[in-house]
Amino acid sequence: MPFFTFLRRSVVATATAATLAGGIASPAMAADRELLNSSYDIARELFATINPKFVDWWQASHDQSVEVKQSHGGSSKQARAILQGLKADVVTYNQVTDVNVLADAGLVAEDWQQQFPNNASPYFSTTAFLVREGNPRHIESWDDLVADDVDIVFPNPKTSGNGRYTYLAAWAYADQKFDGDEAKIRDFMKRFLGNVKVFDTGGRGATTTFVERNIGDVLISFESEVNNISQEYGSDEYDVVVPPVSILAEFPVAVVEEYAERNGNRELAHDYLDYLYTEEAQRLLAGFNYRVNDETVKAEFADRFPDTQLLRVEDVFGSWEQVMDTHFASGGVLDQLQRR
Amino acid sequence: MHRIGDTPGTRRLLIGLAVLLAALFLLLPLVAIFAQAFAEGVTTFWANLSDEYTLAAIGLTLFVALLTIPVNLVFGVFLAWLVTRFAFPGRRLLQTLIDIPFAVSPVVAGLVYLLLYGRNGWIGGWLDSHDIQLMFAWPGIVMVTLFVTCPFVARELIPLMQAQGAREEEAAVTLGASGWTVFRRVTLPNIRWALLYGVILTNARAVGEFGAVSVVSGSIRGETNTLPLHVELLYQDYNTVGAFTAASLLALIALLTLAAKAGLEWRAARRETAA
Repeated sequence: MPFFTFLRRSVVATATAATLAGGIASPAMAADRELLNSSYDIARELFATINPKFVDWWQASHDQSVEVKQSHGGSSKQARAILQGLKADVVTYNQVTDVNVLADAGLVAEDWQQQFPNNASPYFSTTAFLVREGNPRHIESWDDLVADDVDIVFPNPKTSGNGRYTYLAAWAYADQKFDGDEAKIRDFMKRFLGNVKVFDTGGRGATTTFVERNIGDVLISFESEVNNISQEYGSDEYDVVVPPVSILAEFPVAVVEEYAERNGNRELAHDYLDYLYTEEAQRLLAGFNYRVNDETVKAEFADRFPDTQLLRVEDVFGSWEQVMDTHFASGGVLDQLQRR
Repeated sequence: MHRIGDTPGTRRLLIGLAVLLAALFLLLPLVAIFAQAFAEGVTTFWANLSDEYTLAAIGLTLFVALLTIPVNLVFGVFLAWLVTRFAFPGRRLLQTLIDIPFAVSPVVAGLVYLLLYGRNGWIGGWLDSHDIQLMFAWPGIVMVTLFVTCPFVARELIPLMQAQGAREEEAAVTLGASGWTVFRRVTLPNIRWALLYGVILTNARAVGEFGAVSVVSGSIRGETNTLPLHVELLYQDYNTVGAFTAASLLALIALLTLAAKAGLEWRAARRETAA
């Protein structure tokens, strides 16, 4: 019966392939320890560079091999996965609010911001501008963005943490300029938001809009991102502008205490995050265009990071909780400003 | 006699339009995938392909497909047999239920599984306290893939089995064949091509599923990152060539699947003319 011969052959082939696939799927060599780092979506190359160095460091100091596994995604989605049972030992995010969600659920220590230096932010960035080559619209600061005919591209603050920082940076600048006069700030923000040509859902989409669809005079994003984009797409086509006043964007880290404990990784997890503060790691971070606090590294990279007054979200707006409630909740200030 | 619009000119215009649209919407993107994958030469393509995490993604994707197919094969045959050979209350309801995975958005399917089996879910709490990890591990990926692909086999079989009726099987039973013999010697040979066709569709969907898998994967690189997820990850990373390399693998699997399907149809047609 040829059909059954055919079927039998298929089954044999399938089984062989399954064995092969299983072989590929399982790691070739198991390490003594495993650590899972849940991180934001655009940090893949960053940790692909840092992790091998940490592995070497741990091997040298503890005589033990470690494998650091990475999970990447939008950081709110990542936090949600941890809430639902993704057993990550540490989180390295780009949104303070996403770590707070874990702290509220009791998975991360209440005082997580005090457990590591600089508010548990081993590196930081700010919001900066990417303009077309030669800066034809002379965009130097937030004031230049509210001119009548400037087209702005940045991700929607409703869906993107990156977009949220841009909104807050503009507001913080206006707050400083108008000395807290809310009517004037709102007027400024209205003009600012009115100039937005496209609201993409995320940073990657905004970049595509600006670079590949060639829309807008200025793309606003993290300074690190803006530098990466300019390097990726050619610095002779774009200029990076860092405004004299902007917002401090922290990149918070925390140990997911409950899971690290269960995985027997408490010490390893803490050491991993501590490692991010070492001179070696800070140099790698600066290489990825993130600002760091290590004095030696700071001096080495001084020309890459212009002096900027960085305003803290907590100082201008109170807590992140207040920010979310007042500005980004449904019917909040952002919605009011966009109503025409 | 001419039907309205059936002139050589109209015919040529319509055929030309169809070919143009097919080229524009189907062929061109396919070409673009491979062009992008090889944009920086064969060496880069090979380097991207042999990347540790790309290999792991390929392995996981095939592994999931190979687990999904046999389960849905058995389930689909069982379901189709039940629905077409027996009359029982709720038969129509069952037939409608089969289509749920088609009707529900894959993302919603993933979320439902997460809500059930996640740490805070109905079953997940118990699982968590017994250290059983289904979500954010390969079992979860297999579960949602089973869900989104489970109608394919049954949907292929039901119309065929309904059309064929139960006469041959009843004849076999009157001649003294046991249930298993009837199935093996009568039912299975009648449905084999539809069955394989269902398997091919199941495979195509299992390999390509993004939405549902994305929700339950946890996207741990080298562990729970399937090929479609890997494409997105690389793209988000500004590694366009790498993303298209992974995408070209998916396209290749799709093309092989289509080739298998075409081969089957050709074989079936040849047998029909021979018979």
